[in-house]
Amino acid sequence: MNILWLQSGGCGGCTLSWLGSERGSLFRELADEGLEILWHPSLSEACLDEARELIEGCASGAIPFDILCLEGSVLRGPRGTGAYHRFGGGQPMVDWVLRLAVRAKHVVAIGSCAAFGGIPSAGMNPTDACGLQHDGDVGGGLLGPYFRDASGLPVINIAGCAPHPDWITETLVMLARGKLGVDALDEYGRPRFYADQLVHHGCPRNEYYEFKASAEKHSDQGCLMEQLGCKGTQAHADCNQRLWNGEGSCLRGGYACIRCTEPGFEEPGHAFESTPKVAGIPIGLPADMPKAWFIALAALSKSATPARVRENATADHQLRAPSVKRAKK
Amino acid sequence: MSTRRIVGPFNRVEGDLEVTLDIDAGRIAAAYVNSPLYRGFEQILQGKLPADALVLVPRICGICSVAQSAAAALALADAAGIAPPRNGRLAANLTLAAENLADHLTHFYLFFMPDFARAEYESRRWYHGAAERFRATTGSAPNEVLPVRARFMQTMGLLAGKWPHTLAVQPGGSTRPLQSSEIFRLHRIVREFRSFLETTTFGGRLEEFAALDSRAALAQWQAAGARGDLRTFLAIADDLGLWRLGRGSERFLSYGCYAQDDGRLFPAGVWHGGEVHALDPGAIEEDTAHSWYAATGRPQHPAEGGTLPVADKDGAYSWCKAPRLGGQVVETGALARQVVAGHPLVRDLVATDGGSVAARVVARLLELALVLPEMESWLDQLQPGEPWCITALPADETSGVGLIEAARGSLGHWLTVRRGRIHNYQIIAPTTWNFSPRDAAGQPGALELALAGLPATADGQLPAAIHHLVRSFDPCMVCTVH
Repeated sequence: MNILWLQSGGCGGCTLSWLGSERGSLFRELADEGLEILWHPSLSEACLDEARELIEGCASGAIPFDILCLEGSVLRGPRGTGAYHRFGGGQPMVDWVLRLAVRAKHVVAIGSCAAFGGIPSAGMNPTDACGLQHDGDVGGGLLGPYFRDASGLPVINIAGCAPHPDWITETLVMLARGKLGVDALDEYGRPRFYADQLVHHGCPRNEYYEFKASAEKHSDQGCLMEQLGCKGTQAHADCNQRLWNGEGSCLRGGYACIRCTEPGFEEPGHAFESTPKVAGIPIGLPADMPKAWFIALAALSKSATPARVRENATADHQLRAPSVKRAKK
Repeated sequence: MSTRRIVGPFNRVEGDLEVTLDIDAGRIAAAYVNSPLYRGFEQILQGKLPADALVLVPRICGICSVAQSAAAALALADAAGIAPPRNGRLAANLTLAAENLADHLTHFYLFFMPDFARAEYESRRWYHGAAERFRATTGSAPNEVLPVRARFMQTMGLLAGKWPHTLAVQPGGSTRPLQSSEIFRLHRIVREFRSFLETTTFGGRLEEFAALDSRAALAQWQAAGARGDLRTFLAIADDLGLWRLGRGSERFLSYGCYAQDDGRLFPAGVWHGGEVHALDPGAIEEDTAHSWYAATGRPQHPAEGGTLPVADKDGAYSWCKAPRLGGQVVETGALARQVVAGHPLVRDLVATDGGSVAARVVARLLELALVLPEMESWLDQLQPGEPWCITALPADETSGVGLIEAARGSLGHWLTVRRGRIHNYQIIAPTTWNFSPRDAAGQPGALELALAGLPATADGQLPAAIHHLVRSFDPCMVCTVH
């Protein structure tokens, strides 16, 4: 299958993240899976007229292609003209995407911008940014809620800001192998292989979470949910199982999960790095957890917190190591 | 009678770029550089809580993400009147250096060198070797470099959680305290990267290259070995005359970067007329006469500046504003940084032929040789158990400035806080300087200057020299407009 990749109202970070793929050369991996990059703005040799003629050929149907990847938000403004992003000779990128989406066998939104609107739709949304098939968590976007490709798939939303390189490669490989059906996508069109997990799964701060031993400030080792805005218990992604750039993740980096794979993450309604509460209880509770149980468990676990866990939670290095039990003679 | 020609999209430039050329008698009479994408970050930031800038601004750019974080963290620290503890400062240096060096590597192997595989060079004696090595996506070099780059970016997994878009870089330091095991692993990653650079890129010790002090010494170094992709580039540069291609404004700006106990490793300054002058940040202004923004009457200092898009403004041709320093056009980037810092090789290159395509590329690779050993030293200085981050909230009424060097040059953030919210947030990125449109006085930007006079035809293929020149600035168009 060949891939036509375009960028619009984004930062290019999805591509840069993708290039960090850690199974040898990404280019060789794609070739090995029968995936060919027809054109990519950061990677291809073809430029200027040659590139424009190629993309025009795709849009007119003269050049067959399989997968349209869009990275970055769709910019509809100002006043519906699309003039905030013109491409390839002055036409609004919105028009290119509309023409190409109906020619592609599959349409893939790379990153939360192309999926839902993302960061450019924050604040006053000056460019009237939206996603390919969603405007925040509302179905619609540029292509409308009823858009389906020839195989019956909606836009495939590889949400994340930026997405993990493997989320992108694995999705493309599933398409190439004919293994991506409607059942493989969740209700926001995200591939379930990573979206059916929570960021919380595999979090190295788990012991602090269990005992509600919370970090109070940056560089503390404790759980970031109670004070510092972490939404790992609600955010759909496998960040603490798959790991980033070797052995990283937001939590491993010492800062909150801001649920960047979720529609609307860009406007949490509170400071990103502080936890909103009502009567001392965080508003955002862990997925599938009844509030009363959470309160009861939190109270119990706080009262049972070992001194080691409590003291280490608010330090930037281990003050107390787990005690060593000698074997009974 | 000149003919107008619009060329674009330029790719391998990180973001969107088009250039309008007026061509007269086989040469470019005038160039107009157009950044055709606007996202409105400065408008989005208005009304936000100051600390939320740390989530928003890295997402201006996926390739200069940490540099944007670092500039915001500096502006917020300035607004709060704090400075990170020593570990936090070292971690910030390491994180920014990792991004900058990875960017230099990416630029050389993925963005810049593939142009030498163009068919128009088929008759050159170096063509077949260069095409096999550097061709986009299929050449041996990009396929060798991607895993090396990914391994080096594992520094980010340890220092910053992930890349791009981290929240580890904070005004008070780093959220990521490192223990001795992690520092050990960072050392290993950096040493592996050194080994690749010395074997494959330089064909020699980094320190040996960093010690070169003149164009003549560079030529000697070039002749003394046979290995390394840099030598391949130097041979091509000699053959194609890339030392004399692409003079810009010949004024070079650096804000300086990598904080030390005393000042910055590379200091701030402005180079022109053969000497370094002190940087006066008060002399920075942005002009929007030819940009799609509401007229401001006169150029504005970024602390006072505004951003109000007007898509159908007469006489405008870019979403990029036109920053000027004391009314002058300046160039920024690795070449500027090393000229200002006084590196003898770069000073000699500029004294001999001025800014050029080849000098810009050499300065970028020189920074790999200069900064990687510094990273090794910073890792040695980290002290687990000592503090990494302090907390301080900015006052409800305050302002701050963050001036830093991204890979591609000088990046500035100007922040004003009123009633605890961001009242104004203005950003001038490196490529805003380099790829600026004309100002009210009609002065072309640095790339516009460099393009003027080059051979070009009114139709048909554009000479490869134009591709080399445009990409020699390592443009980042998403930063440019933001």
